[in-house]
This record gives sequence, structure tokens and C-alpha cells, in this order.
Amino acid sequence: MAARSEARVRGTTPRRGLWDLVAHPVRRVLEEGFMAVLGVVILIWTILPIYHMAIVSITPLTDAFAGKFWPERPTLENYQTVLFQEHYFLREFWRQLGNSLFVALATMAIVLFVASLASFAISRLKARYGHVVSNTALLTYLIPMAFVAIPFYRVMSDYGLLNTLWALTFAMATFATPYAIWVFRQYSDTIPFELDEAARVDGATPLQLYWLVYLPLMRPAMIAIGTYALLLAWNEYLYAFLLLHNEERATIPVAMGFFLNTDDAPWSLLMATAIIYSLPPAALYYSVRRYMVSGLTAGATKA
Amino acid sequence: MAAHAEKTAAAVAPERNAAPWTPELTWGAILLIPYITVFFLFVVWPVGYGVWLGRDPDSYRRLLADPVYLRTVWNTAAFLGIGVNLKLFLALILSAYFMSQRPWIRWLSILFILPWAVPSIPTILSFRWMLNSEWGMLNGMLWDFFRIEGPYWLVDPKLALSSAIAVHIWKYLPFWTLILMAGRSAIPTDYYEAARIDGASRMQMFAYVTWPQIRNLYVTSTLLSTIWTLGDFNSIYLLTGGGPNELTHVLATLGVRYAFRLQELDMGVATVMTALPILVPLVFILIRRLGGRVE
Repeated sequence: MAARSEARVRGTTPRRGLWDLVAHPVRRVLEEGFMAVLGVVILIWTILPIYHMAIVSITPLTDAFAGKFWPERPTLENYQTVLFQEHYFLREFWRQLGNSLFVALATMAIVLFVASLASFAISRLKARYGHVVSNTALLTYLIPMAFVAIPFYRVMSDYGLLNTLWALTFAMATFATPYAIWVFRQYSDTIPFELDEAARVDGATPLQLYWLVYLPLMRPAMIAIGTYALLLAWNEYLYAFLLLHNEERATIPVAMGFFLNTDDAPWSLLMATAIIYSLPPAALYYSVRRYMVSGLTAGATKA
Repeated sequence: MAAHAEKTAAAVAPERNAAPWTPELTWGAILLIPYITVFFLFVVWPVGYGVWLGRDPDSYRRLLADPVYLRTVWNTAAFLGIGVNLKLFLALILSAYFMSQRPWIRWLSILFILPWAVPSIPTILSFRWMLNSEWGMLNGMLWDFFRIEGPYWLVDPKLALSSAIAVHIWKYLPFWTLILMAGRSAIPTDYYEAARIDGASRMQMFAYVTWPQIRNLYVTSTLLSTIWTLGDFNSIYLLTGGGPNELTHVLATLGVRYAFRLQELDMGVATVMTALPILVPLVFILIRRLGGRVE
């Protein structure tokens, strides 16, 4: 919107400065040209690593060292090798994909449950010390995950959860929940309290208020945060590789890390795995994109 | 029931201290239990344990005597200083670019968020192979198209760290561009109208209308991004693994190297603890900025 008004402004601004001495049509051409060149640069920058991933994934294993812009003999056999688990590194591919899915869904469920209850208690029931809880949550959100990895590993070992999918699930839920509470609280402020009051007059209990009023109205924020938690868990590498040790328990990112243990990693297979693993989250992200943008920027513009 | 509603209304009333305890407050406390449980089991306990592990002053002395650690501190400073500021400066420019209403730019903006939508591990690994100086596509293309011998991207320590910064920026630029676009959209169009009537140039409009309106957001973003960049483990670990010769570590990867590759847990924790002098003030300022409006 701002840009549109800036554009409108341009037409009528009194001309001053060197740029304004250039004739109008020439200026337009120069400007469009500049925008186009910048567009091409942005496009190449954005696409190149993803293009490279796709290209290597359709290059035969024996040609993977050619470093070509386009493979001489493109093939889909790498995908077949991955999907039928026909390689040493891919013996457990489907199980690992299942592990990734399990951790992602369980994390999402825990985060939505815990954070929606907490945000409801804080912002709707005005729980005592709610602001203390909410500020400690914000504090947790600001601790870099990588910095707590070492003690977290030891604590999980004390809890007897090491090398289980629950360990990773709890880790991810722990780090996603504070942000979820924060976003839910921001979003909850936009829902009028009169709705709660009306339900109370009709005799709604706090739990009915949560289930019948709060949750339905929070749907957009729930979608954004559910996706956020799901993707966070699906994408996690560090905690997964610390907490899950063997192949049967690994998630896909850890399994991709295993590929690097040899000097001549089968890069074509690695990239085919990468594409298969990247498609679901990318598709999910794009399908809920409008919720994501509004959800993520909910508090940002006010800050 | 009506009496109940009245009581609730009283509880929400301004004089909170005087408000009596109601069933709603009991429910409020009960519904907080799941989060408080998670918080104590998985935040308080590990963090407390970490502080306890890092209590030995001797680990810090050994750390300061380790040249790898000193190198890591410089690397971290460069990673933060360049990574964060370059990323946000580019995001500031690109947010203006993507505010344009041209249809093809709107299409481009959909592609532009791909790095953010795609998981980071596959793309970092893709970078790693693409930047391989002997067999990678980048140097292959440089040779095929321009007959240039490409540089040793991940073998030369300086280039390797720069590559890691580039990978980091590639991944997070779309996110910050979206945030700054949201900030720009929130500026009332009247401001630009008024500036137009006063005959302001485009640079003046940025300096006197746009910037004052998004400066706060830009500063908050910089602080938040500094914390997140400090915790960026993947961009280094999966691209260079800290190599060559442990010359490209940052604090996050060095901690893991000590703790799990060298089996020195307290050295690992001590490494991370040395980030506290930057981390604590950042967290303090950010809590005030982000949580300030909350009661």
C-alpha cells in the first residue's frame, strides 16, 4: 500500500535533483529495467540451491561428480532406490519418515493443547500470576535451543527417555510452546470479552467457555501455530541427532546426516531423499501461507 | 447463574487485589498446570543442571587457553555482526521491492519465501555439495560458462565462514523481509499523501516517513535476530562441520564439539556460558520490548 502511494506521489512531485532531469519515459524504462534486473538476481539467489538439489537428484550416481548445470543422462532411478530402500543408507527410509511424522504430529498436539489452555487461563480467566507465567514463557522463547542441548541431553538420560521418539517430541514441544502462548495471547486480545460474558450469562462453565467459545474463535491462530510446531519438529536436526542414536529411531534429518559419515557419500540419493522429505512441509506451508504471515507478524508490527 | 456472572465481573474489575477468589480463578490455576509442568521438567531442570555443570572456574581457564576457542569467539562475532546486519539491511531493501504492486513481483514474492518454507537440512546439504570446489556445480558452472577456476569455497577458512553466513542469510532473509513488509503495510497512507503535498522526494519519504515508523521494529528485529543467529547450529555444522581444522566453529557448534565429540561435558557447557554476557542483556531488552504491553 505504501509503495502504491509512493508511486502515485512520484507522478506529481515537483522535479528536483539529477534523476528528475531525465525525461519521463526514459526514467520509466530505466526504473523497470532496474526492477527486472533485481528480480532476476533475487530469482537466481533463491532458486539455485533448490535447483541444484533437484538436478543432483536426477543425476545417475556415477555422474554425480560432474558438477554440471544439467545432467547428461537425467533419470528417476534415484527416487526408485530411495522409495524401495535399495541402498545401505536407506534401509530404514520409510520407518524414519514415519518417525519424523510421529514426532511432528505429537509435537503439534502437545503444543496446541498446552499453549491453548495456558493462554486461555491467562488472558480469558485472568489467572493469578498469569503475567509472570507469560513473561517466563517469553524468556524461554529467547533462550537459543542449541545452548541448552548439552544439559537437555543429560536430563533426558536421567528421565530414561534417551533414544526414544518422546525425548525429541518433548524437546520440540518445550521450545515451541512459549512462542505459541505468546502468539495466542496476542490473538486472544482481538476477541471481544463480551462474547465470554454472554456465554457466562447463559451459564457456561470455564471449560465450556474454552471449548465452545475460545477454541473456535482461535482457529486462525491455532492453524498458524499448529503448522509452526509441526514444521519445527519435522525440520529439527541438532536435538534429533543428540537424542536418537540408532537407525531405526532416527528421523530423516538425522538419517541424512549419516550419509556424510563416508568420504564418497551417494549425493544423488541424498538429494532425492531431500526432495521427498522437503515436499510435504513446503506444500503445507504454502497451503496455510496467509495464516502464517498474519500469525507470525501478529505482535511484530506493534513491537 | 446470574450471581455467578456478577461475581466473575467483580473478579475482572480493576481492583484486582481486593477481588475475592472465584471458581474461575481455580480453573485458571488448573489450566496452567500442563505448561508449568513442562516448564519445570524441561526448562528449569535442564537450565539449572547446565549452570551447575558450568560452575567449575577451571573449565573457563582451559577454554581461554584453547586457540580453537579464541578463534571461535572471533568467528561468532563475525557471524553475528555481518550475518545479522547484512540480512536485515537486505530485508529492509527487499521489503520495499516486494511492496510493489507489479503482478510479476507478486509472483516472485511467492517464490522468494521458498528458502523459509523448505526444511533447512536438505538445503544446507545441497549448498555443501554445490560449493564443493572440485566436483560442485558452482565451480563447474564457473568453468563451463566463463573458464574461471572457482575458489576453494569450503576449504579456505575465511571463504568457508563467509559461505556459512551466506547460507544463513539465504535461509532467514525471506522471514525478515516478511516482517518488515508487515511493518511497512502498517504505515497509514495519509502520511505519504501529506509528504507528497509537501513535495518530498523518495529519499525524503523514506527518511522522514517510512524509517521513523519502522525504526522500532527494525531494532527489535535486529536484537531478536542476534539471539537466533547466536543459536544457529545448522548453518555451520552441516556446511563446514567446524572445519577445516576447527577454524570455522561458532559458540553453538563448539559447545557440541566439546561435549559430544571430545566427551568433555563441562567444557561444552562453559563454552555456551561465555555467551551469557551478550545473551542476558539482549534477553532483558527484548522481554521489555516484546512483553511490555502485557500488564
